[in-house]
Amino acid sequence: MIKATINNVEIEALEGTSILWAAKKAGFTIPTLCNHPDLKPGGQCGICVVEIEGIPGLKRACMTPVGEGFKVKTHTPRIMATRRQLVELILSNHDTDCLTCVKNNNCELQQLASIVGINVHDYSRSGERLPIDRSSVSIVRDPNKCILCGRCIQVCSNVQTVDALAVNHRGFDTVITTAFDAGLGNSVCINCGQCVVHCPVGALYEKSATEEVWEALHDPDKFVVVQEAPAVRVMLGEEFGMPTGSLVSGKMHAALRRLGFDAVLETNFTADLTIMEEGTELIDRLTSGRNLPLITSCSPGWIKFMETYFHDMIPHMSTAKSPQQMFGALAKTYYAEVKGIDPGKIVSVSIMPCTAKKFECQRPEMNASGYRDVDYVLTTREIGRMMREAGLDVKEMPDEPPDDILGDYTGAATIFGATGGVMEAAVRSAYRLVTGKELENVEIKPVRGLQGIKEAEIDIDGTRVKVAVAHSCGQARKLLNKVQDQITKEGKSEYQFIEVMACPGGCVGGGGQSWGSNMAKRARRGESLYEEDRSLPLRRSHENPSVLALYEKFLEKPNSEKAHKLLHTHYYKRSTVDGKIKPAS
Amino acid sequence: MSQEKQCQCAEVQEEELYPRLEEVIMEHRGKGQDLIMVLHKAQNLFGYLPKKAQEMVAEGLNVSLNEVYGVITFYNFFSTVPQGRNSVKVCLGTACYVRGSQEVLDKAQKELGIKVGGTTEDRRYSLDVVRCIGACGLAPAMLVNEDVYGRVKSPHLPDILAKYE
Repeated sequence: MIKATINNVEIEALEGTSILWAAKKAGFTIPTLCNHPDLKPGGQCGICVVEIEGIPGLKRACMTPVGEGFKVKTHTPRIMATRRQLVELILSNHDTDCLTCVKNNNCELQQLASIVGINVHDYSRSGERLPIDRSSVSIVRDPNKCILCGRCIQVCSNVQTVDALAVNHRGFDTVITTAFDAGLGNSVCINCGQCVVHCPVGALYEKSATEEVWEALHDPDKFVVVQEAPAVRVMLGEEFGMPTGSLVSGKMHAALRRLGFDAVLETNFTADLTIMEEGTELIDRLTSGRNLPLITSCSPGWIKFMETYFHDMIPHMSTAKSPQQMFGALAKTYYAEVKGIDPGKIVSVSIMPCTAKKFECQRPEMNASGYRDVDYVLTTREIGRMMREAGLDVKEMPDEPPDDILGDYTGAATIFGATGGVMEAAVRSAYRLVTGKELENVEIKPVRGLQGIKEAEIDIDGTRVKVAVAHSCGQARKLLNKVQDQITKEGKSEYQFIEVMACPGGCVGGGGQSWGSNMAKRARRGESLYEEDRSLPLRRSHENPSVLALYEKFLEKPNSEKAHKLLHTHYYKRSTVDGKIKPAS
Repeated sequence: MSQEKQCQCAEVQEEELYPRLEEVIMEHRGKGQDLIMVLHKAQNLFGYLPKKAQEMVAEGLNVSLNEVYGVITFYNFFSTVPQGRNSVKVCLGTACYVRGSQEVLDKAQKELGIKVGGTTEDRRYSLDVVRCIGACGLAPAMLVNEDVYGRVKSPHLPDILAKYE
């Protein structure tokens, strides 16, 4: 333990603790702009400077570990003047149109300006205005708001290993862009949106579809159906000031109904369906021994990452579409048929914790129904905005169930939103499919939680299945490198089934979550999903009565020809230069 | 007509250089730390760094394309556009600047129809700025290839440029 004082308060800290964290523990929050609890400190912004007695100059608290006997001061007149000047300089090169900014009231720079007491502009706006990058279908980048803190690059390169963004050019011309300044839509960007959720200002945000959805809701000719991803029910409450991870399934249904959707259905329904399709696929592969391990395909960020960096693994991918796209294909076929609605009049909207889902729904092959299967994807933040605009407060809503046909769900579906959830749900049903018996204890704890790559060995009536779970593309890269290595050297991998989610923590940590998130919040949301699972009467996907009815009335059986046509897909090889589909060679 | 012919000719030559770049990359395969050295060699080969060369270097050295692009756009030495046959450099050092070299530069950009760092379509001229060439007594000064021009006024520019084919 190291002893030091911070503003004359005696403290003890573990060796290596930064002054920033030690001070926080002692009750002094040192302001910072580039520091993020989940990322390595980079020291770009310089706002967190402090004085240490006997050491000349100011030191960055995020980068400086506490030393034995340090006497640290965090807010002397000199420090405060320096911080103020730094913030003024940042503001001189930042569009301060806060009232019309997507980040208004959630912006860390706005808060900082208020904390350090900026009340005059001493510097006029410098530099020319740069074009806004709207080339991506998921993410918008506004360089005029960027403060070059580098958080987006850190998460894109170090956590996700995608390397879509970098610091390019020099001096006043420095910008964070993609290779060749080609724009996110013409780059290797996988649309995961981790840059968006780590950006302290309004330089990165989702491409909004709220206008289009409002238009559909007010068009009397349209029948607007909505589906909500598992993770949204533990996120939406935060948009209305509820504690992190509040479970609001029933209130969410009520609010969506009041917003004007004609049918409030569930992505959770098709999550159960995914398990039937993917579980059957797993059994087939285990029986034949071909293309093992089977790898999950629910996460569209992961899919684009795989298509770009691991397209040799395409034969290992599950061909099952993601729950969002299965829902889309069924809404305009089965649902339209049962309800007697012209599928051409159905507008299919999905509420997702994700920005990559916007890309997924626009993939050209996603039209199995004969129409665009999912028309619009809204992030949790966007639906929160729409509800507030309509004067709805989720907190005040009653609990209401979803509508029928595509609305029922089990506990297995709801845990899809947390890393390891798809794996756990699949095992619950695979056990039944293989053995004809029900798995007694449905909770598979080793695949839960936020530690790195998780592994487990599951005994399915004598057959041992080794599974692994990766969350974040960086971990997926590590795991798949290992798998490829094993296949090359030994002819097969030690794993039979792998779950990958593109985002750290799984969907509860997606690019469409509420602003100001961190790993602790992601963990809390995951726990809430497991709570809902425990509270539900049915916890195995194959027990979902509406899924069983769907097979009986429409699809016949899992992996049937019809199921393949509507619920399965294929993948492409993509270029590591611009992320575009490579022509088949 | 003649311009068109020249352009095609330049591209054909460029295509022939890629196998040589491949050889250079082979010597540094997988070594990301050699990036700047390899880019140097590539630029010596092509006279600039075409997109395809950047992609080959990224793949060969196992670094991300964006890292390559970041390095190229950071260092002044590297160019992503082909260099013209004649290099026009206007001095923006302090002495030249106060004697009106910005006006000369503006005129040069207008006259050539390109911005600083650019090359004319016929590859006749490239335009750049320099910070002091040690000819402050002649301010404002400019360079075309090895030739120094002093006390340049913007109306002089067309005549100066016309001398270089």
